[in-house]
This record gives sequence, structure tokens and C-alpha cells, in this order.
Amino acid sequence: MEATGAEIVVRCMAEEGVEFVFGYPGGAVLNIYDEIFKQDKFKHVLVRHEQAAVHAADAYARATGRVGVALVTSGPGVTNAVTGIATAYMDSVPIVVVTGQVPTPAIGLDAFQEVDTVGITRPCVKHNFLVKDVKDLAATMKKAFIIAATGRPGPVVVDVPKDITYHKTDFVYPASIEMRSYNPVVKGHSGQMKRAVQMLLEAKRPMIYTGGGVVLGDAAAQLTQLATLLGFPVTNTLMGLGGHPATDRQNLGMLGMHGTYEANMAMQHCDVLLAVGARFDDRVIGNPAHFAREQRRIIHVDIDPSSISKRVKVDVPIVGDVKSVLTDMLALLKQAKEKPDAAALNAWWTQIELWRAKNCLKYNKQSPIIKPQYVVEKLWEVTRGDAFVTSDVGQHQMWAAQYYKFDKPRRWINSGGLGTMGVGLPYAMGVQLAHPEAQVACITGESSIQMCIQELSTCKQYRIPIKVITLNNRYMGMVRQWQEFFYGSRYAESYMESLPDFVKLAESYGHIGMRIEKPEDVEAALKEAFSPALKERLVFMDFQTDQTENVFPMVEGGKGLSEMILAEEL
Amino acid sequence: MSNNNHRHIISLLMENEAGALSRVAGLFSARAYNIESLTVAPTEDATLSRMTIVTVGSEDIIEQITKQLNKLVDVIKVMDLTEGSHIERELMLVKVKAVGAGREEMKRTADIFRGRIIDVTDATYTIEMTGTGSKLDAFLEAIDPAFIIETVRTGASGIGRGERSLKV
Repeated sequence: MEATGAEIVVRCMAEEGVEFVFGYPGGAVLNIYDEIFKQDKFKHVLVRHEQAAVHAADAYARATGRVGVALVTSGPGVTNAVTGIATAYMDSVPIVVVTGQVPTPAIGLDAFQEVDTVGITRPCVKHNFLVKDVKDLAATMKKAFIIAATGRPGPVVVDVPKDITYHKTDFVYPASIEMRSYNPVVKGHSGQMKRAVQMLLEAKRPMIYTGGGVVLGDAAAQLTQLATLLGFPVTNTLMGLGGHPATDRQNLGMLGMHGTYEANMAMQHCDVLLAVGARFDDRVIGNPAHFAREQRRIIHVDIDPSSISKRVKVDVPIVGDVKSVLTDMLALLKQAKEKPDAAALNAWWTQIELWRAKNCLKYNKQSPIIKPQYVVEKLWEVTRGDAFVTSDVGQHQMWAAQYYKFDKPRRWINSGGLGTMGVGLPYAMGVQLAHPEAQVACITGESSIQMCIQELSTCKQYRIPIKVITLNNRYMGMVRQWQEFFYGSRYAESYMESLPDFVKLAESYGHIGMRIEKPEDVEAALKEAFSPALKERLVFMDFQTDQTENVFPMVEGGKGLSEMILAEEL
Repeated sequence: MSNNNHRHIISLLMENEAGALSRVAGLFSARAYNIESLTVAPTEDATLSRMTIVTVGSEDIIEQITKQLNKLVDVIKVMDLTEGSHIERELMLVKVKAVGAGREEMKRTADIFRGRIIDVTDATYTIEMTGTGSKLDAFLEAIDPAFIIETVRTGASGIGRGERSLKV
């Protein structure tokens, strides 16, 4: 049956089972919007800025494991979306972004709202397409969804010129498409997996280090089984939180620049390291030369061959889907006659417990000023550890990661790789729409929240009842912390002057605003916000927190993992 | 990680799509890899482009380059020709001054390097020469630089020796 390009775009999305399209209309996509108006297969969510459309689609994907979809117009629609696309790219999140383009004959003539979308997005997408013939459109959409979701996931942009949206062709949506140039590896190499299992069984001081790949690859159950079977300690990266239950005794918490003392020390001093879906980045292992000073054998499981031996040389590389590889390794372990060396493991755990006894996350609970850590701890209690938590970027992000104990994957939604301030609110929108019954909290700061605050309007329109937890210290806290430590306390431009009254601001959008100034009011306020009475309402909570609080432990840039600054040492 | 830099010739086959070249060139600039030369043209199968990239880097960098190239969705196959025995050729056209006593000398030198004179005026020769990059370099060093008016080089193309081949 004949269909226009615009109909094809919309019907492809419906065929893919898309639930939500986050977008913003404009000249180049008007034909597509007209088709959206006529259909009822998916819901369109009108954001207030294209950046938020992509962030919301990204969060929907992170929280569900399905491909998120955004739709923006040409030119500024695209440039606004770029931050969202780059954010998703750095964290390997599967999204498809359909962008309008000026009509084919106008391309290259500096037409109104023209930008070289394929050129501008090329370095921050997994792949992109410019559709030049309506006959290619359906197949291109299919390829976009396949490429986004398989292998190492990532964003795919489909740029559709306006004339293509009114050209007609026969519409057939292909069930699948073979691409001779694209065949991601799934199964791990059996010989390498045998070597890995042998190495794990020989370990005296083993460590399991897992990243976002375990969450994205839906391998948390397999990882947890493997860790339980072996009795080995586990640490998660910022992106990997929830990949192994944080409340499990074997979990040492997050590692890295603001990781726990025990996780960083164990990482530095282990003799066999199993890295799963993680990439040894600069915020995780610090200085690679310092990391390499200790002798250890490394097994690295990752779907992306280019992540292996990029910053750290490994002994046993295993390329494959982490779930498939962990499943196979579990089977090998169960067959193995040898068992882990119990005596060595005991001694190792004794050492780890000594490190853990430092209690590196302790803070002053008697403070008359609200401590940000306390707010996060109370949030964890009030939501019984079962909320979806999004965050922005900075100190509050680190406190959320340190003090909210994630026991399940896909519950912690933040921008780890790109570190994009402003994601928190649109992330919470995407998560809440995906899980309407869930408790969704956005832990943010007064600086980050203002980068996408216009989305309070979107939340009003779609009645998205998220709870915004603003840890308001009247500073760009992480910038202030670095200036205190490394720039002689010269706080250049890190103080947020002229803050709005967030309570009134929230109210002006029809939401509930709360200002909390005393530690003794924190728990009651959180309980109220998450009470059944306010279940349908967005609550914006402005916690006035300690301006001078810093994030500890801390590994300075360029330093080694075991060279942490601890709170007590200052 | 090792830091010994070596010259590598990387050949690849990719889908002959618009923008294919920019994906490869963009990858090299974004990740700060060297490109000494890059040539690209369609093959006997018009849906395929073959690219030859000459680059310099340590083993680790070359490993990353080949992995990152393989990761590009349009790239079908990647081969480091310098890992095995191979043939390398580059075409150079050089326009030189050819006057007086130097005119005969220039012809002799070109003959020694198996160059062909493909255009002649009373004051210039244009010489065509093929060979490895280092042979072409050697010719340019053998003649007086003051005589060189213009040079143009294609960059290297390469192919594996014997049965070794890069095909879909």
C-alpha cells in the first residue's frame, strides 16, 4: 500500500512497539507531526526544549532496556538535541533520534534552519543516516532500531528531508535486515572463558569489577550468581550501580575518584581482577601507571573489542555479550572440580574488613545544618530502597551514588560518561512515564536543575508526579570543592547568585514546593512527598544544605587509586 | 604499553555510501591518530569502496585504530597489510626544471628510478614515477630541490602478496 514518508516514519515507530516519542515540532517535521496527530499507536510527549526530548528518551531506554525515541526539527532542533545524543553515546544507551531536514534540493544552499546533521552528529552517534529516497526510508528505520539496540548499544540518528516526508512509495516494514558490515559478537571465545575460570579459581586476592555493561546487558542476575558462587568481593562503577546488590555483604560499594576506601584498596591490591562491562576509565582507576605498579592478572569481558586493552593491558580478553559470557562461565565454574582457595579468600576478606572498618562514608550526623548525605540516606529509607533515582552532575550525584544503596539494575539513571548537567529532570520524566506506578526521585542541585528547569511545564502537562530533591548549597558544589582543594579557595564564578524561590517557581507551574531548612524536618518532608496523598503530584523539595560539605573519599586527578583523601584526614 | 612507533598500511573495505570517507577521517582526527596518506576509490563491485591508510603509531595505537575502524558500522573488513608480506605502490608526478646541462642529467636520474617523462617543454619535464613511498622520497632527494617546480603524490595503495587478500 502506498504511504507518504511521514506516514512511513510513524508506522515504523508503531511497528517497533514504541510507547512514547519525545519531541518538539518545527517546519521540517510538520508532515510527520500531522501523521502523529492521526494515529493512536504511541503517545507523543511535548517537551519544552529538544535537549530534554533526547534525555527523556535516553532515560526511558535506561529504565526499560527498550529503544528510546525522540523527534526534532532541522537546524536548531538538531543542535539542541546534540547534547542529549552525546550523553546517550557516552553511556551506550540505545535511542533513535529522527531529525527533520530541509528539502533535498535545498541541502547545501544554507537554507532556513539547515544544518549538516549527519556531519554534526557523526562523532557522537553509533551511526547516522541521511535518507535520500523515500524507498529507502522503511529499511533505514529498521536498521536504525537494530543498530541502536544490538552490540554495544548507542544512539542512531535518521535525518529525513522534508520532501521525503511527502513523497510516496509502497510501505512494507521489513521483519529483519541483514547488514554485511554489521555483525556484533555475542558468544564469548570458549578457550578464553576456560582460561578465565581457571584464573579465577587460582586467585588468592580476587576482585570483581563491574560497569554499565552489566546493567545495559541485563546480566545483573548472572553476575550476582557468579559472585555468590565464588564468594568474591564486588565493586561497581558509577554506571554499574545496581548490577550487584549494594546491600549484599560482598559488595564493597562504588570505586573510583569518589569510591569507597575498601573498593579502591581492594581494586589496587587484588591479584586477579575480573572486569565485566567496564572500561577502566580515568575516573575509575585514576592514573594507569600507578594502577600498573601492583601485579595482577586481568580478565576483561566486554561487548566492544575497542574497550579492551585501551587504557590497561589485560591478560584474558573475552569479547561478547556479558550475559551470554557470564552464563557460560557459570556453567564452567559449576563443572570445575577445583574450588576457590578458602584459606586465601578468608585472609583477603579479613584485610578487606579492616579497610571497610575505616567507615569512609561517615559524616557528622549532629550537624545543625542539613547534611546532603543525610537527605540521601533518608530518601533511601523512606522509599525503602526501591525508588528509581535520577541525578544531575556534581556533588549531589556522588552523594546519591554513595548513599542510595541500589539493589536492582536500571534504578540509577545518571550521566556518567559525558557528565551532563541538566539531565536529572528530563531523565525523571522518561523514567516515570516508563514506570507510572514507581517512585521516581530526581536528586539534583540548585545549579544543575536550572539547566533544564523548563521541563516542569512538561511535567505539568502530562501530570508526571516525580519528586525533585534539590540539595541546595548555593554553590556549584563540585566546582567549589575543586577550587577549595586546588585553587586556594578562590571561588571563581561558582556561587549561584540570584537563585529563584524554588517553592514559588514550582507552584507557578502548578506543582507543590517545599523548603526544608532543618535536619529534624528532613524525614517528615520526604515522607509527606512520598505519601499516598501526593502520589499524583510533582513535589519540588528545596533542601538548604551545608555549603561547605565536600565529597569524600577523593582521588585527585592523576593520582593512584590507593592515594585517597579521606574526610577524617582534613 | 609499548611506545615504539612504526609505519603501518591499513586496508579496508567499506560500504560505498555518501560520507564514508568522512567517517574514517573523522575517527582519525577525533582520536588524534596520525594519517600519512589516505586513498579511496570504488572497487570492481560498485557497492564497495577500498581505502588504504598509511599511519604511524605504537602497537597499542595500531590495535586501537583497527578496532575503532572495525567498529564503524559501514566498515566491512580491515587488514593491516604490514602484518604480512605485501606490495605497496604510490604514483607521483613531478614537474621539474629541465634546462641546459641539467636537462640531460634530469633524464638520466629519472631513468635510473624508472620514471617516465610524460610531458615536455623546452624548459620543463613532467616525470611519472611509481613505487614505494620511500623510493619516491629517494628520487626527490636525488635531484636538486631547486629544480622541483611541483610534486603531486597519490598516497600509497597496497595489496597482500600471494593468496593473501581482502575481500567480502
